[in-house]
Amino acid sequence: MAFVIAPMRTRLGRTLAGCLGLVLLLSGCAKSSYQYDWSIFFNSIFRPDGFILAGVWLTLSISVISQVIGIVLGIFGALGKTARLLPARWLANLYVWFFRGTPLLVQITFFFFGLSVTKIYTWPPINLFGLTIPGEIQAGIFALGVNEGAYMSEIVRAGILSIDPGQLEAAKSLGMTYARAMRRIVLPQAARVIVPPLGNEFNNMLKTTSLLVILGNVPELYVTFSRKNGSGPTSFHPFELFLAAAVWYLLLTTIWSIIQAFIERRLGRGTAGERPASIRERVFGLTRPDARTIGTITGGR
Amino acid sequence: MVQVGKDLLATVGGLPAATSPIVVEASDVHKWFGHNEVLKGISLTVKRQEVLVVIGPSGSGKTTFIRCVNHLEKIQQGRIKVNGQLIGYREDANGKLVEDREKNIAMQRRDIGMVFQRFNLFPHKTALENVTEAPCQVRGIREDEAKTIGMGLLSRVGLAHKSDAFPAQLSGGQQQRVAIARALAMKPALMLFDEPTSALDPEMIGEVLEVMKELAREGMTMIVVSHEMGFAREVADRVVMMDDGQIIEDGTPEHFFTNPQHERTKTFLSKIL
Ligand SMILES: Nc1ncnc2c1ncn2[C@@H]1O[C@H](COP(=O)(O)OP(=O)(O)O)[C@@H](O)[C@H]1O
Ligand SMILES: [Mg+2]
Repeated sequence: MAFVIAPMRTRLGRTLAGCLGLVLLLSGCAKSSYQYDWSIFFNSIFRPDGFILAGVWLTLSISVISQVIGIVLGIFGALGKTARLLPARWLANLYVWFFRGTPLLVQITFFFFGLSVTKIYTWPPINLFGLTIPGEIQAGIFALGVNEGAYMSEIVRAGILSIDPGQLEAAKSLGMTYARAMRRIVLPQAARVIVPPLGNEFNNMLKTTSLLVILGNVPELYVTFSRKNGSGPTSFHPFELFLAAAVWYLLLTTIWSIIQAFIERRLGRGTAGERPASIRERVFGLTRPDARTIGTITGGR
Repeated sequence: MVQVGKDLLATVGGLPAATSPIVVEASDVHKWFGHNEVLKGISLTVKRQEVLVVIGPSGSGKTTFIRCVNHLEKIQQGRIKVNGQLIGYREDANGKLVEDREKNIAMQRRDIGMVFQRFNLFPHKTALENVTEAPCQVRGIREDEAKTIGMGLLSRVGLAHKSDAFPAQLSGGQQQRVAIARALAMKPALMLFDEPTSALDPEMIGEVLEVMKELAREGMTMIVVSHEMGFAREVADRVVMMDDGQIIEDGTPEHFFTNPQHERTKTFLSKIL
């Protein structure tokens, strides 16, 4: 028993020590005169090595899978919160209350270290399509997904509540069951309301994956750049490296905002008047003045 | 003027076969919202192919009553049967009402069409998709077949050219005609209308009433909550007057025009005529 727990303990210790070391290193750099080497920055962006590309890929994969889990849990959470059955409402409320009310970092730590040191679940590696997924990544995805589900529950619930109850009644009057009416009539309409905040959630998710640094063995973007910092020619250039990491995150979130604009346009089907923001408007924040804003401009408040 | 096609019901294979000479049978229906008794013992019958018009002041319980007929509202006392079948409930061994399983209630609603005051079309679906949704999803009819029927219905209500339009692109009158087509596509044995023209601009009322009159002529059994007395005079077999959760007068349209008995009926009619 003890020999199973011991390695876990030392791993947690090492991770925490690593984080502390990073802080010391950065503060050390700030005191001494620091020589910038911008080639490190530009190379990390324009000539990324295999580690960086793998980090991008891992960040994306973890984000997408966690977000999908979050959406599924969010739909169930929202249905629970709006259910007629009292225990269903309790359960959903308890879930949302707990996971929105405690720090994600604590949840991540608990799901991996907490479950494995107590041997409740030791997160053994899983083989999928010839790919070995280490326990840390599984636990990380699990924690991010369950946490995201709590936030998505609120978002989906608000979406459902924004739909006129007459829609559910019309569907029922045609002989649909509650489940079918939700799936075919209410949720597709709620999706329009859900997608903009969902986009924000996913944007957040792309960056929040960096919290998995605490698990030590999840080489997503942030971890990859942290590791580079201590090795070979890039030793002690944390600012260039983290700036490069920031640019990579920025690239991912920008691409996502373009995709989001496409999705919102598609979902706008059937709505009169309100035109969803175009890609250009979304990315560059440019808005064409339409009749209404011209009216207020010339009206001169 | 909108051209309403003849043989509206022929597009869905005519009137459904008769299962019972009496389509709706309500006896002593009571309904409370909390402590507020909204229906205080409603009893009425609607025979096959009969058109019943329900009138009455706002808040008298007309909407609540027809919503009970397809169990969108629960009742606390009494019985409502459609085609001889208890709606929304079954009786337990002691004769007490127990709410039926959701699946069974959904099954019963297939045969009861409803048209709402505010149309309640599905805004994310085109006019044609609104009409084909339930036949495909609920009755399991093949999509191409449902489309043929749907187009037939839309053209009979004068909207063939709008089949690809979304509800937001249609006028109120057009939306309500799509809503009628949507309900008819399920081949209902009974149609419920809750003030179908009261949310419409005056110039659009006629086109919706035309469709309803055509339906009545073709023998559809209908309960219509409406204050359109011209419609009542032309096609209603019977009119009932509701007041404060009760039916206070019941008679032919002629009776209501010539010698209404109840004082409240007289005052009410003097306001709407
Ligand atoms: N969902 C509800 N909850 C509480 N009271 C309601 C509800 N729906 C209707 N009522 C009440 O029931 C009474 C009858 O309403 P309704 O059936 O809509 O009348 P009508 O259609 O004749 O105008 C009104 O007093 C109304 O306030
Ligand atoms: Mg009403």
